[in-house]
Amino acid sequence: MSLSITLTINGAERAITLDDPRITLLDLLRERLDLTGTKKGCDRGQCGACTVLVDGRRVNSCLTLALSHDGADILTIEGVAQGATAGEPLHPVQAAFIAHDGFQCGFCTPGQIMSAIGMIQEGQAGNDPERVREAMSGNLCRCGAYVGITEAVLDAQRSMAETEAASGRRNAA
Amino acid sequence: MPEITLTQAPAHIRMGSSIGQPLTRREGVLKTTGAARFAADNHPPGMVYAALAVSSIARGRVTALNVAAAMAHPGVIEVMTPKNAPKLALDPDAKNNPFMFRLDLLQNDRVRYANQPIAVVVADTLEAATEGVALLEPQYEAEPARTGLDSDDSFAPAAVGAGSPAEESHGDITAGLAAASVRMEAVYDTPAQYHNAMEPHAIVAAWDGDTLSIDTPSQGMAMAQARIAGLFGIAPEGIHIRSPFLGGGFGSKGLFSGPQVLGIMAARLVGRPVKLVLRREQMFGPVGHRAPTRQTLRMGADGQGALTALSHHTKTASSTFDDFFEPAANASHALYASPAIATSHEVVRIDTGTPLFMRAPGEAPGSAALESAIDEMALACGMDPLAFRLKNYAEMEPISGKPFSSKALRQCYEQGAERFGWAKRPQAPRQMQDEAGMLVGWGMGTAVFPALMFQGQARAMLRQDGTGVVETGAHDMGQGAWTALAQIAADSLGLDLDRIEFRSGTSDLPDAGIAGGSAHTATVGTAIHGAGADVIGKLADLAMDDERSPLFGAGNAGVIARGGRLHRRDDDGRSESYADILARAGLAEIEGRGTGAIDPAAQAAYAMHAHGAVFAEVKVDPDFGQVRVTRLVGAFAAGTVVNPRMVRSQYYGGMIWGVSFALHEHAVMDKRSGRLMNPNLAEYYVPVNADVPSIEAILVEERDIHVNALGIKGVGEIGVTGTAGAIANAVWHATGVRVRSFPITLDQLLDA
Repeated sequence: MSLSITLTINGAERAITLDDPRITLLDLLRERLDLTGTKKGCDRGQCGACTVLVDGRRVNSCLTLALSHDGADILTIEGVAQGATAGEPLHPVQAAFIAHDGFQCGFCTPGQIMSAIGMIQEGQAGNDPERVREAMSGNLCRCGAYVGITEAVLDAQRSMAETEAASGRRNAA
Repeated sequence: MPEITLTQAPAHIRMGSSIGQPLTRREGVLKTTGAARFAADNHPPGMVYAALAVSSIARGRVTALNVAAAMAHPGVIEVMTPKNAPKLALDPDAKNNPFMFRLDLLQNDRVRYANQPIAVVVADTLEAATEGVALLEPQYEAEPARTGLDSDDSFAPAAVGAGSPAEESHGDITAGLAAASVRMEAVYDTPAQYHNAMEPHAIVAAWDGDTLSIDTPSQGMAMAQARIAGLFGIAPEGIHIRSPFLGGGFGSKGLFSGPQVLGIMAARLVGRPVKLVLRREQMFGPVGHRAPTRQTLRMGADGQGALTALSHHTKTASSTFDDFFEPAANASHALYASPAIATSHEVVRIDTGTPLFMRAPGEAPGSAALESAIDEMALACGMDPLAFRLKNYAEMEPISGKPFSSKALRQCYEQGAERFGWAKRPQAPRQMQDEAGMLVGWGMGTAVFPALMFQGQARAMLRQDGTGVVETGAHDMGQGAWTALAQIAADSLGLDLDRIEFRSGTSDLPDAGIAGGSAHTATVGTAIHGAGADVIGKLADLAMDDERSPLFGAGNAGVIARGGRLHRRDDDGRSESYADILARAGLAEIEGRGTGAIDPAAQAAYAMHAHGAVFAEVKVDPDFGQVRVTRLVGAFAAGTVVNPRMVRSQYYGGMIWGVSFALHEHAVMDKRSGRLMNPNLAEYYVPVNADVPSIEAILVEERDIHVNALGIKGVGEIGVTGTAGAIANAVWHATGVRVRSFPITLDQLLDA
């Protein structure tokens, strides 16, 4: 069995040779690629802290083997707004989490943000807070920052829709 | 260079006064981009992985481990068992002070609770270490497990909680009950609960000779240093702990736990840096929990609804080998006026990991029972629950007779009730339904939490360029220390926030004490305030003694520090910049120090508590008994609000813990084996986003000149109190069924 795979991670294609077939996508990211923004809260798909986007879909990276994703496009929290720690702008979801205090300890936050981005891209929730709450319920937050999380997701969704509408108008003009 | 650099430029700065501003979190960019490095995110060169093997029995001993099978697995480096575990300098069962808890550190083959560590496998990879654990196939000699609260051989402890008397009283309970025209007695059960911070306990430990470098989440780095130093016989100064971000603590990371020590032992055994992270199911045992309680409330009231007696007895459980006793009955000390109050505790020992402090220890289960009982008593007296609470409003602390340092509870009741619409509540149950046919109920509870302080230190400096540095080894577990303490630091030096550097989160900084008891901001804030004042005092002396300064001779009039300048108090136009004062004095910097601690005289004279009122609406399915909380309004008064954005988040979080207490959390122990049957986040329920309704928290204004120089009380735990009872009372109001066993589950409502 070949243990070599190719993944596009945060926009960069990487040839990866795995030293063990048992490596989950999460442990590949965290323990071998130093992408530690993605968190391990339960290792069983019960808490959502490890959520990443695989080919645009929200996935619990603890529940899936790295080997099974040859050729996939992976987006982790580090790839959402590259350069943000050096002063580049944040993604609207990240900015909204800060503005609405959508986190306290911050441990579940990368997973929350990846879920929110995936959900917004899928057009899942619209402007309905109930649907946002439901769609975000795979991501536990023990600090109880849910009020801010829901507000942040709704706010980011609005601002992204406005940006999209504005760029649509520009393109039409 | 500080180890942690925060990149977020703070928003909403008002010149000269940072305290009170709703700044966003200064570490916000780090936490939303994945750049915030939590303990398990570290990976020093040469690091290897440790995995914990835990016991599947609750009592007995380990008779065999297949070490050879584990060692034969590719990648496994070492298996640490009682046979080869490093011997410790101090017996881990020694108890030299009440805050030293006994640890299981592979010094023998004994098992005293399920999920106790029994071996550690170290390997090149996490996968190999994990497989190595599976290959150990432990054999046991098991003894029957002791479980449950029903055991007859209970005893009365000498002290409960953090050293409170186990029995307290004033007045004559028997006479009070005899004189009452209305009496009630009821028994309330609360289950074992587990903290379950999202971040499992983790440690990355690296030895260099007898010095030790550790990344681990800690709510008390100095205490951790002392504990490690004792166990390994090394100097505390040689232990460097980094804990810039905790992925939640809730009390579980206050005392250095056994698994964290095992990570350090494993690193010593293999001579390489080691990472050890608990698996989620391993969080149910060796890192503390909230003990179950069975609480008996007895009350009497006269014909006008005034309490004549309040008796609160708690039966709880602790481990067989250590002493922590959930002080639930003490929740009745501070809230309701009664000429007679008696509180007491009894304990049974069961085969469990030792219970410890968990968010609002004592107060949370105690409040759930007391607030339910008060509601039952109001009903018995034919009174509205709010009117009954106001009738028994305590103008002095009931148990001690001391005046309150401040108490804006009346305003909390008023503002919360107004916001919630309480006045429209029908008194009888089962009166309201929504359009979908759900039974609707409204309930309330009073929140109270003591305004505590521990000991903390801080250091402040002004530099020649007029910028400041403030240092303290504080702990941010999500409450917002990086932001709120920096706000206090800026004000203490009379500088804008962007003119100071705030260093925190490592053990080489001044000891900030412990982040617990909702006391961290008050304690460390006071220390920072003092350190800043010390610096400003020295700077003022320099200026006022120098005839070349415009402040020369300000003397008794004094000066005010603002915006990087000292101003004459009696003539604001005469001022001088910090930089000019330092430059003329030829000083590169001025340093000052401060201590935060309770003022014993104030403590002797006053009762100090934060207060609040919580109002809840629930909807109950009349066919299935499913309960949903649909609305929560909390109004809280806790002295000075340093950062309203973060204080509000603390109240929300606490209230959500109250929802969780009322409806979700329940660790179920198998009575035959002593094992927990739901040690994971799918079966141990905690609220998800969809469980959390519309929540509002009202910040009621309160000034307190006695608690500390800044007037700060704590906000981290009070939200849990009041809320659980409010929900239980709302469930009764919706259904007419009084559930006295938490969590309130649908099976208990099916007969409604």
